[in-house]
Amino acid sequence: MIANRSLSRFGGLRFRRLFTKTIVFIILLITAVAFMLPLAWMISTSLKPKPQIFVYPLIWIPDPPVWENYPKAFNNPSFHYLLFLGNSLYYAILSTIGIVLSCSLTAYAFARLRWWGREFWFLLTLATLMIPYPVTLIPQYLIFSQIGWVNSFKPLIVPNFMGTAFFIFLLRQFFLTIPMDLSDAARIDGASDWQIYWRIILPLAKPALVTVALFTFLYCWNDFLGPLIYLTDGNKYTLAVGLAAFRGQYRTQWDLMMAASTIVTAPVVVLFFFTQKQFIEGITLTGMKG
Amino acid sequence: MAQDVISSVELQGKKDSAVFKRRRWPSRSSLRENVTAYLFALPWLLNLLLLIAYPVGAAIYYSFTEYSILQPPRWVGLQNYRDMFVEDPLFWTALYNTCYYAVFAVPLGLIISLWLALLLNQHIPGIGFFRSTFFLPSIVPVVAASVVWAWILNPEFGLINDLLGRVGLYRPPWLTSEHWSKPAFIIMSLWGIGPTTIIFLAGLQDIPQHLYEAAEIDGANPLQKLWSVTLPLLTPTIFFNLVVGLINAFQIFTQVYIISEGGPLWSTLFYVYYLWQHGFRFFKMGYASALALVLFVIIMILTSIVMISSKRWVYYEAEQR
Repeated sequence: MIANRSLSRFGGLRFRRLFTKTIVFIILLITAVAFMLPLAWMISTSLKPKPQIFVYPLIWIPDPPVWENYPKAFNNPSFHYLLFLGNSLYYAILSTIGIVLSCSLTAYAFARLRWWGREFWFLLTLATLMIPYPVTLIPQYLIFSQIGWVNSFKPLIVPNFMGTAFFIFLLRQFFLTIPMDLSDAARIDGASDWQIYWRIILPLAKPALVTVALFTFLYCWNDFLGPLIYLTDGNKYTLAVGLAAFRGQYRTQWDLMMAASTIVTAPVVVLFFFTQKQFIEGITLTGMKG
Repeated sequence: MAQDVISSVELQGKKDSAVFKRRRWPSRSSLRENVTAYLFALPWLLNLLLLIAYPVGAAIYYSFTEYSILQPPRWVGLQNYRDMFVEDPLFWTALYNTCYYAVFAVPLGLIISLWLALLLNQHIPGIGFFRSTFFLPSIVPVVAASVVWAWILNPEFGLINDLLGRVGLYRPPWLTSEHWSKPAFIIMSLWGIGPTTIIFLAGLQDIPQHLYEAAEIDGANPLQKLWSVTLPLLTPTIFFNLVVGLINAFQIFTQVYIISEGGPLWSTLFYVYYLWQHGFRFFKMGYASALALVLFVIIMILTSIVMISSKRWVYYEAEQR
């Protein structure tokens, strides 16, 4: 009798858990759909024939779908997609190489070498995390304009070969977790610091390096203010600045704007599709207390 | 973030000073280590000096000058600051708008992302799918996202007002009205809460299961468990997300540039956009530098307030041991 009652109570609990889970699942599903709506709406609008754009209530499925906005955006004289794509890739890839190299080198010095002034420089590095970018924006611009670097990619890329505080910190924390014995053993075998860095530390720190690389690439790809300030020539525009200029010109042609936005967004979505695991692990890594 | 960073630095520093205590003069091998280390860190040290330390100093100097790039800077003392605080009502507009935006966007973002993370933490099937879906909007280039949102928020034919109309609610004029434009920006900001959600989720997964079991034995209901176990143990993560959220909210720029250019009636004139206008549209580098430094001070004050208050509400497990 007692066993029976407790059994039925157990069953009730299980049912309740299942019920709660179903409710939670449905709420999550609705939220997920809501998160995807803007992108769906962007693609839907880009495929609409003109009369179906300005209607209320709106039409979700274009009938018939019109593809002409894509070639129109693609071949537009003021939106050189392939050129901008090339520029974005150039900026993002070189910057990523620069950041990964310079930050890991510096992090190696901070994490695995003893040197005079290390604590001081490291504190200074962390202090720079507190400086909002607008503070250095103007003097940096003036420096680069004085040496004639404005309207080139140099002010955007070269600083990335000189590292950035947050990633140096992140990599340093990661390097600290690699046992010192490994370096010592290699040193006894006659390896130089460069060899230890290149052959031992970098391969072991791959997950952290991938995180840094992905976030740098994404940051540069999406960067707007930097290219806006430094790239004045239309044929040097990145996708972000190019799209902004394009919008300035075709403000109310929403179908065309949505097609252009879609082809600007597509590359990062593809990148995300193949690297989502690293992205999400990376976000967790950056959010964690060092 | 900053506090975590600093506390771990202190820890590290203590460890290191113990190692270094008996050191006097570098021996030959440590001299070589010194040279190697400086070579490794050289690019960053140059960056630190040339592109950060010098610019901060220069910004302070420029803020006391009138500087239009074409002519060399001319010393004007506190004029820029006086103009800003006394003569320039738009400075106060920009500050007010930015505070308004931050006051709503940051807490709302935290609450919704925490709520989503709590839901995701219920051992739901398809968690990977949900995580990626919530994360995806935050990687969409801000320029593209802004263009899309300008269309979503269209008062007549936009997606949001269509949905509101379907359920018979009021359809606000959003970006065309000075009362609805800031709420529009706040709603837009909520689309990008994916990373915050994922950080919360990681924080939730770090909470040891035995604490919940102990609470259950004490007869705690789910709400009590949330209030007495989950939230206290999540405070470091909340703190991190709050600081990062505040700093980001105060630096909103691209959305303004693309969508509203500060309008209508300067209702979306946000601080960094105003600063950019002065620096790169009017080429008033002195005034823009003063604006930048005031922003620096404001952000410092805000983060210090959060950090000082955090002693009262942030719970670090390690301290209890």
